[in-house]
Amino acid sequence: MTSARPKIDFDAKIPNNVDLASDRKLQRALERWQPNFLDWWGDMGPAVDTKDVYLRTAVDVGRDGWAHFDHVPMNEYRWGVFLSEHDPDRKIAFGEHKGEPVWQEVPGEYRADLQRLIVIQGDTEPASVEQQRFLGATAPSLYDMRNLFQVNVEEGRHLWAMVYLLHAYFGRAGREEADQLLARNSGSDDSPRILGAFNEETPDWLSFYMFTYFTDRDGKYQLGTLKESGFDPLSRTCEFMLKEEAHHMFVGTTGIDRVVARTAELMNEHDSEEVAGAGGIPLDMIQKYINFHYTVSLDLFGNESSTNAANYFTAGLKGRWQEERRKDDHVLTDDAGAVDAVRDGKITSTEVPALLALNQDLRSEYMGDCSNGLKRWNRILEKHGIDARLYLPHVGFNRQVGAFAGQRISPEGKMIPEAEWTANEGDWLPTDVDKTHVRGLMHPVLEPGKIASWIAPPSNGINDKPVDFEYVHFN
Amino acid sequence: MTVLDDAPAAAQAPEAVPQVDFDTDPAQYRHWRFEIDGETAWVYLDVAEDGGLVPGYELKLNSYDLGVDIELYDLTQRLRFEHPEVRSVVLTSGKDSNFCAGANIRMLAQSSHPWKVNFCKFTNETRNGIEDMTANSGQTWVAALNGTAAGGGYEMALACETILLVNDRSSAVALPEVPLLGVLPGTGGLTRVTDKRHVRKDRADIFATKSEGFQGPKAVEWKLVDETVSRKQWDSTVRARAAEAAEGSSRPTDATGVSLPPLRREITDDAITYPHVRCELDRDARTATITVLGPEPGTVPESLDRICALGADFWPLAMTRELDDLILRLRTNELEIGTWLVRTQGSIEGALAFERVIAEHSGSDWLVNEIRHYFKRTLKRLDVTSRTLIALIEPGSCFAGALLELALACDRQYMLEGIFEDADEEQEPAQIVLTASNFGAFPMGNGLTRLQSRFYGDDDTVTELHGRTDERMTGAQAEEAGLVTDAPDDIDWEDEIRILLEERASLSPDALTGMEANHRFVGPETMETRIFGRLTAWQNWIFIRPNASGSEGALRRYGTGRKADFDKQRV
Repeated sequence: MTSARPKIDFDAKIPNNVDLASDRKLQRALERWQPNFLDWWGDMGPAVDTKDVYLRTAVDVGRDGWAHFDHVPMNEYRWGVFLSEHDPDRKIAFGEHKGEPVWQEVPGEYRADLQRLIVIQGDTEPASVEQQRFLGATAPSLYDMRNLFQVNVEEGRHLWAMVYLLHAYFGRAGREEADQLLARNSGSDDSPRILGAFNEETPDWLSFYMFTYFTDRDGKYQLGTLKESGFDPLSRTCEFMLKEEAHHMFVGTTGIDRVVARTAELMNEHDSEEVAGAGGIPLDMIQKYINFHYTVSLDLFGNESSTNAANYFTAGLKGRWQEERRKDDHVLTDDAGAVDAVRDGKITSTEVPALLALNQDLRSEYMGDCSNGLKRWNRILEKHGIDARLYLPHVGFNRQVGAFAGQRISPEGKMIPEAEWTANEGDWLPTDVDKTHVRGLMHPVLEPGKIASWIAPPSNGINDKPVDFEYVHFN
Repeated sequence: MTVLDDAPAAAQAPEAVPQVDFDTDPAQYRHWRFEIDGETAWVYLDVAEDGGLVPGYELKLNSYDLGVDIELYDLTQRLRFEHPEVRSVVLTSGKDSNFCAGANIRMLAQSSHPWKVNFCKFTNETRNGIEDMTANSGQTWVAALNGTAAGGGYEMALACETILLVNDRSSAVALPEVPLLGVLPGTGGLTRVTDKRHVRKDRADIFATKSEGFQGPKAVEWKLVDETVSRKQWDSTVRARAAEAAEGSSRPTDATGVSLPPLRREITDDAITYPHVRCELDRDARTATITVLGPEPGTVPESLDRICALGADFWPLAMTRELDDLILRLRTNELEIGTWLVRTQGSIEGALAFERVIAEHSGSDWLVNEIRHYFKRTLKRLDVTSRTLIALIEPGSCFAGALLELALACDRQYMLEGIFEDADEEQEPAQIVLTASNFGAFPMGNGLTRLQSRFYGDDDTVTELHGRTDERMTGAQAEEAGLVTDAPDDIDWEDEIRILLEERASLSPDALTGMEANHRFVGPETMETRIFGRLTAWQNWIFIRPNASGSEGALRRYGTGRKADFDKQRV
């Protein structure tokens, strides 16, 4: 195939540790894909017109290389391809191939499953960029705008990581899937993103923090299971992605910290829970946002009982969270596990083979992790002398997927009649009034060091820079 | 299986599958003999009771097993090639009192499922081959049933053009499989009674459930045989019918036959090598790579005389014999080799030069015509082979005309676009060439060409391709024309093929067999496709059902004095 496009200087444009400069297969694939990616970034990436942004770029996987900071024009960001260090002795840790050397090539038997796993993971990465496209225009500070863009470019790089796997290991079919990752768009009627949660717009910054706290955390857990994969390139790719994912969690955690802190300040200032009038976000509104984002993220883990997850595990494609630290046989054919169930109008559990309970296993790990944020935010409230507390709703609340789908369950975990749900829904989930209020607070603050009314300033800047550092330059 | 307590340990090891060899010649026959008398070959089935291919049964009553049929196949090939003077063939029995009792029941009862299936497939192919002789070789077969022909015995007669049954108030024709054995007359019997002999379906139903069958007069009335003849008149009538059958034959009167010497073949654990066909086995990957070596450009014979002189060394005949033998061996002896990769190697020019010779003479010369039909039947063997067939079309290959049929017979075709960049030798990109051969010389069992089957319902494409005869097509062009599945380039080739093969190897062998058979035979049903599809599929289903092969099933209980105990549910 010939291309009219100019040759790409790979090593200069694309930092990598996969020997791109001598890999004809990857070069050919990327020559076509990279311009399409840039077109996509131009069309669907951040809509704010900036000159450059103080961004972290990964130029290597080592300690010095993976966090390289500088002001970079966004469209010149160098999306790289990185895998964590190769361990020549690595063995498959679970499933029927346990103990065998990991695969350096895709086993044909598992081509379809591996490709599907990578496509689904890859589809979420650009989706969040699309969902957050217009957020930059209402950033509460330059610091926050920079963090948003950092998340965006890294989601872009995670797309690259998945595309690298498709290009390098899945032949023509992989190239076609890589093209599709750019052709589907969040919220599109014609070709939406694969997972429902990634077709919802992120309309405001509170939603953004919630998304990065709860939904990106789902991504962390999915990556964690793929990091265990017997397909070594996938494992190494995900391991490196997890490093960057940690920053996204940080943006969410500290973002909600600062919203809670500001609300607490305003409550004390006005000696009232009603801080909306003072340009703040009331605690009960924050709780409703938590309820919403937590529960839609729980849905991303799929059905409690899943034969797909079982097959992936047995085949050695996708392990459990921290598989190798677990104290069992890592094969699970003789074990049982309990999964949530609703029977005779009661919330209960049912025993199934352990292999079928892996989705619930992962969701439980995730739920435990999510509760840490709640402790943190409640400590902030406590520090401000406020008695009210934030909480995670019951796992069955507001669920659309799995055993609880279609059930009406209160945040406390009570099965309730439809009428009671309807009467209380507005107290539990964000109403149009709430959303309008939050959106009404979203005004850009572009002066270095200044901050919007509804959120507290960060305690530290990025990379030891001061908070009032000019993180973003405009044209 | 019963294992005796005091049996030695070795006896408990799994029974080794016998390696079947298809080589034989008339001097080695144990079950057949034939005499040439002018235009007629007299073929006598005279089975040696102690001549079973594997131990465990006696071939009583002229019953047969695979070994008997291997000799029959060899015999048909020799009549075709070594005896151009033969214009009719009389099939009769060498025993006094019966013609043939069919496939040996104890053999069937003790055989594994794959063995039964392979046995039936091979016998079906030989019966079809006999019909092909009548239709296309000018050697018309007459069954002279000088005693009872039951089951497979009558099925053998059904493959003949004419059936005579002696009228001695005891000899009969019968299909007793259903009432006695709980299986079907699966070597074409059910199908030929209705489709070839046009017996009414209610009568066919009675016939196939009436274990004793029908004697002469009734058999004639119901069209099960053509004629019934008293003992007194028997010899002269048979002779007369043989003479009539010889009339109108296209066979020459002055030709010399071509003898079929033993094949030169070297077998190691992972390769079977002939002068013109090579096969490498990868037992871990469960693949066989079959490479057909094309002719050299300078070796094409300039005259018919030269072709006759070359005889079995004439490349198309030599290659076809080797390929035929290889297919049979792999099918019977290498059950776990689930995917065959079909390659060719040689010069396109050479292949095309032979195409021209065959095209020029196959209408007029008996030998060239025989070779064409032999290659046709060998391709048909591929069509009904229960293995995944994948053509790999690479630089240095010669998929042109008749050889392109090998690729078209495959389930998928992968053709390299361009060349292998890091090859040691300089390469021309792979090409394929359509010739007139691809448009009718080698019809499939469904009566269509492989191109018509490939583009079923799309005659325009076939017509358009006909207009592109003799064009050299590269991978991209062939893909565009729909002649290959995919044309990956050098960068993708290795991964695409590796993943494809590994993926294939992970799928259920049974589901693949069923799927491939369905895809290969599109469109119209013929008697042949009904035999290989409908009849065989039902038979193979019945074979694995407990009602036939369970310990209380009819096949296993036959001859034990105990009645089969059927599961009464209709499924």
